[in-house]
Amino acid sequence: MSDNVEVKTLIIDEQEVSARRGQTILQVARENDINIPTLCHLEGLSNIGACRLCLVEIKGSNKLLPACVATVYEGMEVTTNSERLQQHRKTILELLFAERNHICAVCVSNGHCELQTMAQDQGLTHVRLPYRNPQLNVDASHERFTVDHNRCILCTRCVRACAEIEGAHIWDVMGRGINSMIITDLHQDWGSSACTRCGKCVQVCPTGALFDKSKIGSDHPKYPDFLPYLNLMREAQ
Amino acid sequence: MSQTITIDPVTRLEGHGKITIQLNGRGQVEDAHFHVTQVRGFEKFAEGRPFYEMPSLMARICGICPVSHLIASAKACEAIMAVRIPHTAAQLRRMLNLAQMVQSHALSFFHLSSPDLLLGMESDSAKRHIFGVAAAHPELGRAGIGLRRFGQHMIELLGNKRIHPGWVVPGGVTEPLSPAHRDEILAGLPEAYANLKLAITAYKSIAASFKGEIEVFANFPSNYLGLINEDESIEFTDGLLRLIDPKGNIIEDGIAAPRFSEVIGEAVEDYTYTKFVYYKPLGYAEGSYRVGPLPRLNIVKSMGTPLADIELAEFKQISAGPIESSFHYHHARLVEALYGLEKIEQILTDPLILDKHVRATAGVNRLEGAGQIEAPRGTLFHNYKVDEDGKITWANLVVATGHNNNAMNKGVLQSAKAYVKDGKFTPGALNRIEAVIRTFDPCLSCSTHAFGQMPLAMTIVNADGEVVDTLIR
Repeated sequence: MSDNVEVKTLIIDEQEVSARRGQTILQVARENDINIPTLCHLEGLSNIGACRLCLVEIKGSNKLLPACVATVYEGMEVTTNSERLQQHRKTILELLFAERNHICAVCVSNGHCELQTMAQDQGLTHVRLPYRNPQLNVDASHERFTVDHNRCILCTRCVRACAEIEGAHIWDVMGRGINSMIITDLHQDWGSSACTRCGKCVQVCPTGALFDKSKIGSDHPKYPDFLPYLNLMREAQ
Repeated sequence: MSQTITIDPVTRLEGHGKITIQLNGRGQVEDAHFHVTQVRGFEKFAEGRPFYEMPSLMARICGICPVSHLIASAKACEAIMAVRIPHTAAQLRRMLNLAQMVQSHALSFFHLSSPDLLLGMESDSAKRHIFGVAAAHPELGRAGIGLRRFGQHMIELLGNKRIHPGWVVPGGVTEPLSPAHRDEILAGLPEAYANLKLAITAYKSIAASFKGEIEVFANFPSNYLGLINEDESIEFTDGLLRLIDPKGNIIEDGIAAPRFSEVIGEAVEDYTYTKFVYYKPLGYAEGSYRVGPLPRLNIVKSMGTPLADIELAEFKQISAGPIESSFHYHHARLVEALYGLEKIEQILTDPLILDKHVRATAGVNRLEGAGQIEAPRGTLFHNYKVDEDGKITWANLVVATGHNNNAMNKGVLQSAKAYVKDGKFTPGALNRIEAVIRTFDPCLSCSTHAFGQMPLAMTIVNADGEVVDTLIR
């Protein structure tokens, strides 16, 4: 069968599925109710394949591919949940927990945190790595919001939401590797940045790193579902 | 040759502590110390955090009285915000505080102290715990567990969680009370009253048999500190502090939270992590005082609720002036729990109790704030300084156990002198010395709930460091 055919057929977890050309493995899996865990991916934002939680196995290849950015091809055979993948995912989560200071008990997002939920879903009971316990700043200079770098997992959803949806591009990433930090403007305080105060970054943040000052208390759920709707309405205009 | 006796750990307390008794060459008790052996560091690691996180962070200090820390902390934050919280929020918090007082007093009386009181100080230590009480006095065991459950369940109905509810926030509370939850609390009250009545009757029937203990359980004149209303009735959540002397005369009245640090100081001793709190104008240790149920009843003229007022009148018959023996903390706790139930019932009839407006909002309007309340164990004070973004730059907490520290040490010495003779002691003596600490129901660091079966070792060590006698239960 030619590669130019619009419809592709492939196998995900021994299930025969069909897809359109250009679709990612993640899109096809979700259309068919096959769960692949993700953290940096968010419906409505571009994909960057940063968190590596969505890694999947492809038959005939030793390389693991991030399902959020890998596109399907005809005859592809995908495994989304092998023992090897589970081990990788657990290790990724352990690295995230060990990297900064994630103290769920006193976090604003306790009970509504995607990292916490992911750890529970993946059956993470211990972190085998030593915690780094870095000394990180809390920027509370903004009138409405706070960023606590202790809880940031560098998923860059805030960066993408601000640049791609709001069009302000206040957020960005500074530094490299373990020293990476999200910053506002050219590393100025959030309060003195050109922030439009729209709050989209807070809603898309998967942890308690970005939060609304007025929502401190028992519940601080976030509602990132507005993004696909916003995109749809803009396309319609 | 001098010797040292150590009781480590002291059991049936909130937290970890130990007792050291120093004997002189003739085997007589020379000195005694009560050590709190853990340091927590909450004040230090609060630094750099946003002030509005403080209530939920500080509540983690303790699983028994998180509500006290929540409310004291929220009040300090509200001073920083310079807001007055809505009437309904204040009433709901008052109820939450009372619910916690009831459950904590039930815990102290039934779970921690009733084994000594109902089974006897000399009874078999293997059975001297709440299950032993339940076996010997099933109705009292059930009552204790039932009363504590009422308080805990009420905290859950108000704050969605029994322990560490995040419901109390700077500015008020996050959710109003629902009619269904109000009705559920009201429905639980008759059983709570009945359970408490059993405890009061039981205590009164056995109190007289503890005459010896009453004599030496921290029985000495001291000053007393506690919150009081304008009409001189008892107060746990608002009101102002009053300090009275051993004769009952007012030393200082109307101490509001911002003035607390002006008049109250903290001293440090080498042998314990708990500070020694004192009234500054009298100096350390002259200005030491006691806090908690007994001092509160010594200070107030009335409870402000009918049944508790009858009990208070009877309680005050014990002595013409302030009641001195810390053994009477047990009795005072029961009077307060009764007040708690009555006051909860009163507050639930407030026509505005279901009002939806329960939160005030504001940013940083002052760079320092303080809040004070009465925790079950005594006065609790939180004080924070913040930068202009609202991040904590300095925090100080003065807790009930610090206020009572000097009195507890004096009490341990007094009872050790009475029960350790010629360097000899019995398991009953050892338990009595621990029981002195238990009367204060201290919250040592609240991180561990030592209970019943923990090993207790008392050791006599001679001047050369050799163990000459040990007793392990």
